[in-house]
Amino acid sequence: MTDSHLPAKGTRLDPWFDAYAERAHGMRASEIRALFAVASRPEVVSLAGGMPNINSLPLDYLADLSARIMRERGAKALQYGSGQGEISMREQIVEVMRYDHIHAHPDDVVVTTGSQQALDLVTEIFINPGDVVVAEAPSYVGALGVFRAYQADVVHVPLDDDGLVPAELDATLTRLRAAGRPVKFLYTVPNYHNPAGVTLSEERRPQIVEICKRHGVLILEDNPYGLLGFDSDPLPALKSFDSDQTIYLGSFSKMFGPGYRIGWAVAPHAVREKLVLASEAAILCPGMWGQMAMTAYLTEYDWYTQVKEFRGEYKARCDSMMSSLHEFLPECSWTVPTGGFYTWVTLPDGLDAKAMLPRAVTNLVAYVSGTAFYYDGQGADHMRLSFCYPTPENIREGVRRLSHVIHDELELVDMFGTKARGHVAKGVEIPTPDQV
Amino acid sequence: MALKVAIVAGGLAHERDVSIRSGRRVAQTLRDEGMDVQVWDLDSHLIGRIAEWVPDVVWPLVHGADGEDGSLQDLFGLLGVPFVGADGHQARLASHKPTAKALMRAVGLATPPWVTLRQSLFRQVGAKGVLEAIVATIGLPVVVKPADGGSALGVSVVRDAAKLPEAMVNCFAYSDEALIEAHVTGTEIAASVVQLDGETRVLPLVEIETEGLYDYDARYNAGRSEYFVPARLPEAHAEAVRAAVTKVHETFALGDLSRVDVLVSPDGVVWIIDINVAPGMTETSLFPQAAASEGGRIYVDIVERAAARGPSRGAGISPDLARPVPSLSFGDFAAMNEPNDLC
Repeated sequence: MTDSHLPAKGTRLDPWFDAYAERAHGMRASEIRALFAVASRPEVVSLAGGMPNINSLPLDYLADLSARIMRERGAKALQYGSGQGEISMREQIVEVMRYDHIHAHPDDVVVTTGSQQALDLVTEIFINPGDVVVAEAPSYVGALGVFRAYQADVVHVPLDDDGLVPAELDATLTRLRAAGRPVKFLYTVPNYHNPAGVTLSEERRPQIVEICKRHGVLILEDNPYGLLGFDSDPLPALKSFDSDQTIYLGSFSKMFGPGYRIGWAVAPHAVREKLVLASEAAILCPGMWGQMAMTAYLTEYDWYTQVKEFRGEYKARCDSMMSSLHEFLPECSWTVPTGGFYTWVTLPDGLDAKAMLPRAVTNLVAYVSGTAFYYDGQGADHMRLSFCYPTPENIREGVRRLSHVIHDELELVDMFGTKARGHVAKGVEIPTPDQV
Repeated sequence: MALKVAIVAGGLAHERDVSIRSGRRVAQTLRDEGMDVQVWDLDSHLIGRIAEWVPDVVWPLVHGADGEDGSLQDLFGLLGVPFVGADGHQARLASHKPTAKALMRAVGLATPPWVTLRQSLFRQVGAKGVLEAIVATIGLPVVVKPADGGSALGVSVVRDAAKLPEAMVNCFAYSDEALIEAHVTGTEIAASVVQLDGETRVLPLVEIETEGLYDYDARYNAGRSEYFVPARLPEAHAEAVRAAVTKVHETFALGDLSRVDVLVSPDGVVWIIDINVAPGMTETSLFPQAAASEGGRIYVDIVERAAARGPSRGAGISPDLARPVPSLSFGDFAAMNEPNDLC
């Protein structure tokens, strides 16, 4: 019995609930995302985020540079600019890419709001719902979020200590073609992989390009960490082996800082035209102020020496991470990076990194569960640890705390006899900046 | 002069994000009503900020253990700062779910049968026998939840005995103490209660309809759940809910406001599930939905009355309650500690 004055229809607290596109219904804030709110507190040692160590940048110089640009060219800096990006910025980007053995023309470059926007644009122009993208297992969480948003189907291909495994890639592409599921592109992070920390060997690079060419599959090469090898200059980019086969994504976010949000794409000319149009539709043009500041920095400052300084700092942090893992977590195994920001830790049998995260937060340490880096709920037996931001001392303290968490959790799963489990992805869990 | 209100939110609890959103929303509402409001994190600057700004009243909106287990309220008592809500002693009794359930049983309120088990017990006696006893005695399905905390974090409904170990592990990731209670079904109702000028008033009941468990996602992603205000209950059942939650609020002396979550079975039994001494105040939270018809005035009334009430020292350190505690009898405790009993 229902009284007549009672509401027949309730509220979903969102009057536009029925108006959203189908792809938006899966977007949601998860409890895991919420846990990262705690990671921002200074008491927490966050081994989660991929934030570069900005403190060693020449901030006084950059302050003077910014003031000078505003004083002398402020009217231009605060105005709209080219949808493709300023020519002076693109010329400098071409110079930066020479370290990756890429010989491009400034007209080939599209400047974007971080390489994340380039990733979004490429996916937008290539992917229809249900189209297949092949990506490493594991793969960058921010890319998976974009692929999910465009309703792509991601098929993972294993990697090992030398990066993506060519034979596995070949077999996967063959299997998918036989199944009538053509692949739109291979998404890969060849250098200092996020999250795996490994680098595609020099020997495998031409093999990967050849396999993709043979299968008629475009390569989307994402290279934000290429300049951050601890002891060496970058290996030749995949793009350098066959320019028409590859869209290359670059970024200043890791080798400089993410504040200006400047990334870029280098694409075959017809693709580039579409990227420019798609970018203009999305943002009209990349920010002028940041491009001018970045261009001036690259032109005036000895930026490569600065990059070398970053390398030394990240190496010291990585060394601290490696020695701390040996000291406190010998029951785990992990990859040994030669550059970049991350190591990929394999947990002892039975542990579930996603389920364990609340315990870690209680113990004031944070990491990213391996499940974030798979499209299909795998990865619970892994975690990504970042060594880029905390000091070497804090990294040691973070790993020490993590060892307590892992030992407590091991006791628990041993007691209850549980195993690491697959997690069903419930819609599009967009990563927080702390997770990328 | 505008009343100075300090809202304390955030902290290191798992619900930090929800708490901060709650704090900002209440702050905006009070500012719209002309109050001078600051939102502070629960951190090492808190005491200094209180001393420097000298708020007329503090509203603790920290969710989870630190904010709701009475510690923060006791701190405000020590500092002599007026604050919104129950004092530390009452907050502690209401927020620790097993304690609250025991007290509710004692005053004749219905709450699902339960047991409370610490992780250390499993360590000592092993898991298998305990889990088998849970299934045999309480039966399935059961709800496994942390003994403290909210937002359904660490909560599982277990319908298959094989899933019980996993639910225990998930729960212990949030708390060292697990509450396992019989799963009861019925209409899910949130009853928000305010106490103004000594009168306890139940705001319009909010009925929650969601697919599956009313979990974190269902709570904070607008669109996942549908809410009916007032709840579509027969009047007799609605009256039974109002009576039950009024009894809860007054028994636990929850002061200015509370939210009591209940399930109403088809035959009208009002099962008390949870008591919230610092109800969520986000855009999708239940107290604001119940209070929507009252506008911002109800929040103003709450802080004005808390400010006018002045500092509360809390029952624990109140001079009139500083009586000697009667000595407890341990019975045969000494005999139990004979060496043979420890082998």
